[in-house]
Amino acid sequence: MFQNVGEMVILLWRSLLAMPRCWRQREKIFDQFFEIGNASLLMVCILSFFIGGVIALQTGPVLVERGLANAVGGVVGISICKELAPVMMSILIAGRIGSAMAAEIGSMRVYQEIDALRTMNISPIHYLVVPRLVAIAVALPLLVIFAILVGWLGGAFVCSANSRIDISFAAFFTTLRDIVQIKDVVNGVFKSFVFAWVIGVVSCHQGLITIGGPRGIGRSVTKAVVNSIVLIVILDYILTRILLR
Amino acid sequence: MSSPQPNHQGIGVQVRGLRKSFNRHEVLKGVDFEVKPGEIFVLMGPSGSGKSVLLKHVIGLEQPDEGEILLEGKPIQSSNVLDEYRLAMVFQSGALLNSLTVGENVGLYLTEHRLKPPEEIDRIVADTLEVLGLKGTEEKMPSELSGGMKKRVAIARALVIEPQLILYDEPTSELDPLSSVVIAEEIVKLNERIRVTSLVVSHDRDLAFGVAHRIAVINDGTILAIGTPEEIKRCQNPLVRDFLNASFRRADLHSA
Ligand SMILES: Nc1ncnc2c1ncn2[C@@H]1O[C@H](COP(=O)(O)OP(=O)(O)OP(=O)(O)O)[C@@H](O)[C@H]1O
Ligand SMILES: [Mg+2]
Repeated sequence: MFQNVGEMVILLWRSLLAMPRCWRQREKIFDQFFEIGNASLLMVCILSFFIGGVIALQTGPVLVERGLANAVGGVVGISICKELAPVMMSILIAGRIGSAMAAEIGSMRVYQEIDALRTMNISPIHYLVVPRLVAIAVALPLLVIFAILVGWLGGAFVCSANSRIDISFAAFFTTLRDIVQIKDVVNGVFKSFVFAWVIGVVSCHQGLITIGGPRGIGRSVTKAVVNSIVLIVILDYILTRILLR
Repeated sequence: MSSPQPNHQGIGVQVRGLRKSFNRHEVLKGVDFEVKPGEIFVLMGPSGSGKSVLLKHVIGLEQPDEGEILLEGKPIQSSNVLDEYRLAMVFQSGALLNSLTVGENVGLYLTEHRLKPPEEIDRIVADTLEVLGLKGTEEKMPSELSGGMKKRVAIARALVIEPQLILYDEPTSELDPLSSVVIAEEIVKLNERIRVTSLVVSHDRDLAFGVAHRIAVINDGTILAIGTPEEIKRCQNPLVRDFLNASFRRADLHSA
């Protein structure tokens, strides 16, 4: 466990050192980037629309009953942009992309492709890890911005459609604008940026330490996803605490 | 980045007192030998005797428990000796990158280290593939190839590096006799063209006695005999004799 953490820190450090030369790997970065988008855009859309909707549904009637109708937009807006969008999307991406990273790198490890790279004096960190880290670190925050917008739309839609809440689209967004500030959005996007590194480093590390055949790959994939999610949730608390002031 | 000196010479390899265990199972039990610069050195031995493990040590993929490996007198464990020389290894399984095409695999070293402009890389790749009887397979994926073709692509990938030390792990194990002859010829030609030091692991007796300057026989993690092909043929060690003379005779089965 502690050994893994240490190895991951070293992996992160060595990746950062290799970052300045990452432009040479731009094709791979673009490939990874579009793969992430392709694989997850639709799911992000559906997930965030329904999350926005359910938050509106849970909080709307309660607030409206107590005469706080003009707080609904703010509550839904804040909870989505500061918490739900970054965390849920990161978890989604950990499952969708982290698993793919661990599986790809893990199978390269098991089938000696990484050994072959090393004999050609090509660093696996430079060749495999850095493009994936850069791609996910750019893609996830963008996906989260997108998810925030779709989530708000979902909230607004439910507020206007549900007869117990009954707040119009325009009224929802006016109250949302009153309460949600640009720094709240930045706050959420920043968190997702950190989570992107967590997913990337954990998954690539699990891939690189894979041993023993196809079952080993399966184990690595599971560990990559589970460990990413656990770390995301813990870090989320810590980051929220720090960013709260 | 490794320095692409033209007309470079092969480098010498020394293996001293090499020991390696995996989970308390001792695979290499003190291996000593030396490969001279420009030599073709063939390592023979039964399956499981530790040949592949030994090669991985020579190219720095495994760390020895004891002993050391020297390239041109410099230990590979220390410093950046591995960056200094051009090395190549042909893996027993081929170890092609499955996400790349055959052409990209073969050109990978040149592309990644930016040693040549793309058009020239394409040309070198096409030429090398043609030599190995794989003309026009550049766009195929490794998964579309037979085992023997993968092996030849792996050899092409190593040849393109123009290495100073090349390690072949069973280069002919999945090939038909005709392709084996082509590979043997390539091993010798490459050796003559750029004086590359070649360390070949094989249990193919024809290949070994055909190409080797010197042969070593390894069994159960120790070297039984080293010498020129003639010396090995005359070797009196019973294990070596059994290994070299083993042949399948129907009569033996029936009489047993
Ligand atoms: N990474 C490893 N972990 C544990 N044991 C290993 C490992 N690599 C090799 N071994 C063991 O080392 C021994 C020698 O393996 P090696 O692959 O070197 O044999 P070989 O001489 O190349 O045989 P073959 O001719 O069949 O390729 C085997 O018993 C194998 O089980
Ligand atoms: Mg072997």
